[in-house]
Amino acid sequence: MTMTPTTLKVNGKDVRMTLDPRTTLLDALREHLHLTGTKKGCDHGQCGACTVIVEGRRINSCLTLALMHDGDEIATIEGLGSADKMHPMQQAFVTHDGYQCGYCTPGQICSAVAVLEEIEAGIPSHVTEDLNKVAYSDAEVRERMSGNICRCAAYPNIIAAIRDVAEGDKA
Amino acid sequence: MKFDQPATLNPIDRARVVGKPVDRIDGPLKVAGAAPYAYERHDVAPNPAYGWMIGSAIAKGTINSIDTTEAEAAPGVLAVLTHANAGALGKGNMNTARLLGGPDIQHYDQAVALVVAETFEQARDAAKLVRVDYTQGQGKFDLLVGVKTAQPPKSVQGSPADTSVGDFDGAFKSAAVKVDQTYTTPDQSHAMMEPHATTAAWAGDKLTVWTSNQMVTWAVKEMAKTLKIAPENVQVVSPYIGGGFGSKLFLRADALLAALGARAVGRPVKVALARPQIPNNTTHRPATIQRLRIGATKDGVIQAIGHDVWAGDLPGGDVESAGLQTRLLYAGKNRKTTHRLAELDLPEGNAMRAPGEAVGLLALEVAMDELAEACGVDPVELRIKNDIQYDPEAGPKRPFSSRKLIECLQQGAERFGWSKRNPKPGQVREGDFLIGMGVAAAFRNNMAMPSGARVAIDGKGRITVSTDMTDIGTGTYTIIAQTAAELLGVNVSDVTVKLGDSSFPASAGSGGQWGANSSTAGVYATCMTLRGMLAQKAGFNAEDALFEDGMIKAAGKAIPLRDAVGREGISVDDKIEFGDLTERYAQATFGAHFCEVAVDRFTGEVHVRRMGGAFAAGRILNPKTARSQVIGAMTMGVGAALMEELVVDKRFGYFVNHDMAEYHVPVHADIPEQDVLFLDELDDKSSPMKAKGVGELGICGAGAAVANAIYNATGVRLRDYPMTLDKVIGGLAKA
Ligand code: FES
Ligand code: FES
Repeated sequence: MTMTPTTLKVNGKDVRMTLDPRTTLLDALREHLHLTGTKKGCDHGQCGACTVIVEGRRINSCLTLALMHDGDEIATIEGLGSADKMHPMQQAFVTHDGYQCGYCTPGQICSAVAVLEEIEAGIPSHVTEDLNKVAYSDAEVRERMSGNICRCAAYPNIIAAIRDVAEGDKA
Repeated sequence: MKFDQPATLNPIDRARVVGKPVDRIDGPLKVAGAAPYAYERHDVAPNPAYGWMIGSAIAKGTINSIDTTEAEAAPGVLAVLTHANAGALGKGNMNTARLLGGPDIQHYDQAVALVVAETFEQARDAAKLVRVDYTQGQGKFDLLVGVKTAQPPKSVQGSPADTSVGDFDGAFKSAAVKVDQTYTTPDQSHAMMEPHATTAAWAGDKLTVWTSNQMVTWAVKEMAKTLKIAPENVQVVSPYIGGGFGSKLFLRADALLAALGARAVGRPVKVALARPQIPNNTTHRPATIQRLRIGATKDGVIQAIGHDVWAGDLPGGDVESAGLQTRLLYAGKNRKTTHRLAELDLPEGNAMRAPGEAVGLLALEVAMDELAEACGVDPVELRIKNDIQYDPEAGPKRPFSSRKLIECLQQGAERFGWSKRNPKPGQVREGDFLIGMGVAAAFRNNMAMPSGARVAIDGKGRITVSTDMTDIGTGTYTIIAQTAAELLGVNVSDVTVKLGDSSFPASAGSGGQWGANSSTAGVYATCMTLRGMLAQKAGFNAEDALFEDGMIKAAGKAIPLRDAVGREGISVDDKIEFGDLTERYAQATFGAHFCEVAVDRFTGEVHVRRMGGAFAAGRILNPKTARSQVIGAMTMGVGAALMEELVVDKRFGYFVNHDMAEYHVPVHADIPEQDVLFLDELDDKSSPMKAKGVGELGICGAGAAVANAIYNATGVRLRDYPMTLDKVIGGLAKA
């Protein structure tokens, strides 16, 4: 395989890498940049553990090759906050016990942050009743978060955390 | 400390820290993505090579040859390991099939090779170049066929395969009301989110594996036995585990192959199972066929209760112990249980969250619902009527240590609004939906395991607890910190907890919902020893000394803990061991599940609208993390009721739907609000903590409550799990 140079903007920093073209964005983050906060649960787009925010939209980083994101802005869980300086969504997950084993958690949090932005931007979902009035509801969030599996099943706690942040945003 | 007499008033009863809903102390690391899991140990095992496991393409038979030449010549490949070059291997006591197969193959996707390469992509691609030539044997894959020659197993979780009291046949025959039904549950997969993964490195003779394993002490022994090396030369490190549910109780192929690979290439090697390999390579919960016979008086008093169980496993494996709860849950003078094991050549069956009860109650608690209807007695009332305060097989000489099933049923019913349920099925409609409510009892045995810990206080007064105990999402870090803080009179933030390293004292590990009670009891025992030493140093009588606010207080004096410790610090190792209280008393946890469903009367789709439960499980060490355990388990119960099923290819002997797209588990949209009530209970026979487990109790009965709600909603009685919409709609069409 021809090694190919790529530049990703990860959490605000330009990182130059020379990659095997088969490298997924997920493995570029985890194995090359050692940003292991983004998890690999299935490597097949089935679980959501690898969710990151690329150019403002959440995607499964296992389903895309790193080379396809040359120049793209990528936000990972490490970019949202740290254990000492948590993002409000991270703090809400701690407060509401929105996890157990913690393995799906970074993906849930990245997804949750993006979901609130999607609702804010008026993007409808399968359960939106009036396409012209997209607003926060628990049902909207459950629907939109359903690509993020939590086998520990902290679901009601995750919803409580997201609701908390959504209400805080409005206040 | 040996716990062989019921606990009396002790320092845990102060409950200043224990029993409080403390946020997880490992939470900030987890939400920041900074907790290192097994495949992420760039910090301690830099520059690893990557291993890719190859699984057998046949379920039974022999490998004639493996041609690795092309793979070995592929770019970046460092080694290809097979049974032919891996060296002599033993087999651990706990896995039924060998972790590296060949030349004989025991099940589909049994590991047959490991490709080690510089990069993940190279290893994965080179694996496709390994040519394995098999001779396929004749396998047995159909449980329905297997039951015809099924045999009683030697034992069922250490107890006899069959039990019998009184005259079951006679009493059942003459009973006024009878239920005689057969229920089936499919093979199920743990589907924890973190795949089995290990990073391994050797330093001379010494092996270190950073792995994802619930039982560190077992893993050391099993690894040593399999590699034929001394246990002293094996270190197992497992501080964060991305879910286990029983799937990571034992040494698995990832750990063995990583160790073999690292030895072969002389540098760290890491191996994670690919998601589609997990269901067939690792263990699963075996399918069951269960016949329930309950005979009762006209008003629902059980006269005879019988539970017959058939399940399959590999030769040498165990039966799913689905009849065990029926020995203990309800009264009835005439009773019998049987277990029969069918030899199958499917992948290895083994423990999954609440082995036995989780599927046993899917049958028993639906049979109870059927009995309630046949007698015209409310299902809550029926269970209350048949409560018993002692082991019904052993008699009054073996009472329950504590048993609040009736209170759980009553308080749970009250909170849920059970009185609004229409007992006649199919009556409540909302638009296109049929609405119904169901109840089921929850029961899970309580086990206790010896557990050790080291508690150290440094010269600054900072406390560190170390134990090889694991936190699989259960909240262990936090409840151990709470326990130490309670006993030493400090804040949770003054305590550091280090887990999951075999260089720490051996613990109970995480399994069978014994972890929380046993491991905190080990910390209790160690802290009590330490208290004695500190009191003595301070010149106090240990019994009189009060540890609070960072001080040791006695006889009107108070000395800061730090001063008593001294500048050089102090450290002590101790452990808890358990006597025969679990034999003298039946020990179990109890609960009641309630569920409301809405069933689409045109599509048969089931929506779980509300779930609620009341549980009695001794002292609840941390209601926040305990509640999470319970709702997580309730959700797994919804999965069992509605969607989870490993589909068997009976021709080729493997699970067809072996990934997360096809093995369905509940997602956000499936799960509504879940209400959990913990009853006040202290069990003085369980441990000095007076606690019991909750991690498995929540799944026990949850699925049956869903099933019973479906019946109440629709009048469709299904006995074949999971209750997918095709089955529901099939019933609706007939109704
Ligand atoms: S790892 Fe990407 S969706 Fe599962
Ligand atoms: S916290 Fe374990 S899978 Fe979500």
